[in-house]
Amino acid sequence: MKLSQMFPLSLLAVTLILASGCKQSSTDQGSATTQASTDSQVSEILNVSYDPTRELYKEINTAFATDWKAKTGQDISVKQSHGGSGKQARAVIDGLQADVVTLGLAYDIDALHDHGDLVPADWQKRLPNNSTPFTSTIVWLIRKGNPKNLKAWDDLVKDGVQIVVPNPKTSGGARWAYLAAYGAALQENNNDDAKARAFITRFYGNVPVLDSGARDATVTFTKRGLGDVLVSWENEGQLALQEFGSDQYEVVYPPVSILAEPPVSIVDKVVDDRGSRKVAEAYLNFLYTAQAQEIAAKNHYRPTDASVASRYANQFPQIKLFTVDELFGGWKKAQETHFADGGVFDQIYKPK
Amino acid sequence: MAQLKRHSVLPGFGLSLGYTLFYLSTIVLLPLAALVLKTMHLTWGQFMTTVTDPEVLAAYRVSFGASFVAAILNAAIGLLVAWVLVRYRFFGKRFLDAMIDLPFALPTAVAGISLTTLYAKNGWIGRLLDPLGIHVAYTWSGIVLALTFIGMPFVVRTIQPVLQDLDPEVEEAAASLGAGRWLIFRRVVFPEVWPPLLTGFSLSFARAVGEYGSVIFIAANIPMKTEIAPVMIVKKLEEFQYSQATAIAVVMLVASFIILLMISLLQKWTAGRGVRR
Repeated sequence: MKLSQMFPLSLLAVTLILASGCKQSSTDQGSATTQASTDSQVSEILNVSYDPTRELYKEINTAFATDWKAKTGQDISVKQSHGGSGKQARAVIDGLQADVVTLGLAYDIDALHDHGDLVPADWQKRLPNNSTPFTSTIVWLIRKGNPKNLKAWDDLVKDGVQIVVPNPKTSGGARWAYLAAYGAALQENNNDDAKARAFITRFYGNVPVLDSGARDATVTFTKRGLGDVLVSWENEGQLALQEFGSDQYEVVYPPVSILAEPPVSIVDKVVDDRGSRKVAEAYLNFLYTAQAQEIAAKNHYRPTDASVASRYANQFPQIKLFTVDELFGGWKKAQETHFADGGVFDQIYKPK
Repeated sequence: MAQLKRHSVLPGFGLSLGYTLFYLSTIVLLPLAALVLKTMHLTWGQFMTTVTDPEVLAAYRVSFGASFVAAILNAAIGLLVAWVLVRYRFFGKRFLDAMIDLPFALPTAVAGISLTTLYAKNGWIGRLLDPLGIHVAYTWSGIVLALTFIGMPFVVRTIQPVLQDLDPEVEEAAASLGAGRWLIFRRVVFPEVWPPLLTGFSLSFARAVGEYGSVIFIAANIPMKTEIAPVMIVKKLEEFQYSQATAIAVVMLVASFIILLMISLLQKWTAGRGVRR
């Protein structure tokens, strides 16, 4: 081989070596800066959250910064990141430096333990109420006057009713919606699993569009005028009512629904690297204070603090609520049975 | 290689080839190699179960089928548009010409949302189509519509320069020899336009196969019916099954490569025929 022919290959080799050398030194620098920072120097933390909590945490973060300044004299700014719950979990696993995660369902925080050991296995026991500062539930948004006369879950699976709900495979909120419908069917049929499966098959048979997230489904229902009922988060339904007018839509509380518990946790690996454990823990504890609970209630999340809850009682109709643990044996099991590859949800669409 | 060297009169062969190789390696080959590497985490059996799952197969059918139809539509309409832009003079021609590239600049999600807004049953166009029983948004035709939108510039832009270079005198000569308009188009214009048309077709097809952003808004994303393969990939990622996601992607990649290779061979073959005739 002539020298000129070897040139491209050698150039390639040299550049590859250079490239790997650059990578090496930059990681060195990265770890040096993290080691240097101590707790007192942390001036910002990142809260990685799911989609509909944008407005909620914006308000809470301002309140927390004021509170933290008053207590410690330090300035702190809480940055937020929002997206589909599963996608956010994946971003943290892939290296997004989240000090705290506030996600749509426990399964996604479990994933932080299973894929990367970012949190301990018992993360959910560290804070009150299964690490859930405020709860929510699944409600229906229907067209004004209830033209299809939808009252019970069974009404939704009648012929000619169109249900708009996002895809449980890609949306955390949609998983809660699926379990709300499935659980309601279980309760109405004396826990007969076969009947509940038949119900859920008819339920998704009435779904003309599977959007990828809760907000997309709201847009499909309101702006595109598709469907008779939107099955979604309580706060999303109330927000849609505010946004698009109560003269066009109504929020209906089904006779029975699910207690949705979107949990929170610090990400141990990140806070220990950054030295931000103290402030991250304070931030999560702040979520349980009367002040934060009040903000949550105003944003249509159900407060867990008894006194705040009683003050906002008329805003949150009391309906029969079941939990994932009661009917589905926890999130891990629910995920495996219903949403994993080849699970109940996949079977609905399998050709017979 | 020695032959290559003898024929080359241009300087800098080593440097430019080296740069090309390096560039291709980092930008194209490395990510693709990583994709294949990740898929290797699966055993052959797992790989086959993943990619032959009925839902995945249905998604491939939707992706490749809709892309194929969209590319055909683009080839036909794109040829017409290019023809109009090159051959006629009219008011606003420059403006129209500049507009052709817009689908490239527009974020595809915006394209998807606008098309859905227009074609939903309460949208401007959907409202007119609905009484006729034609549904575009949330159906298979909606997917084709979105893919046609994003792929159109490829065909127009590949045909335009060739048409511009085609001397009208050749057509005039054919006409003076007694050829009718249709015959001129078929025997004089079309053979010239055919290779770029195929190129535009394959570019538009390839672009459509990988499209995600616009389609998820206008498709109903119902498994087995209107779910495209990229959505299947996202679903697998959502379950933290990275290897399965890459397995689906690798099959798409290989299939696309084979199809593009076949089109390229077809191009060569027809070009060869043209010379002989």
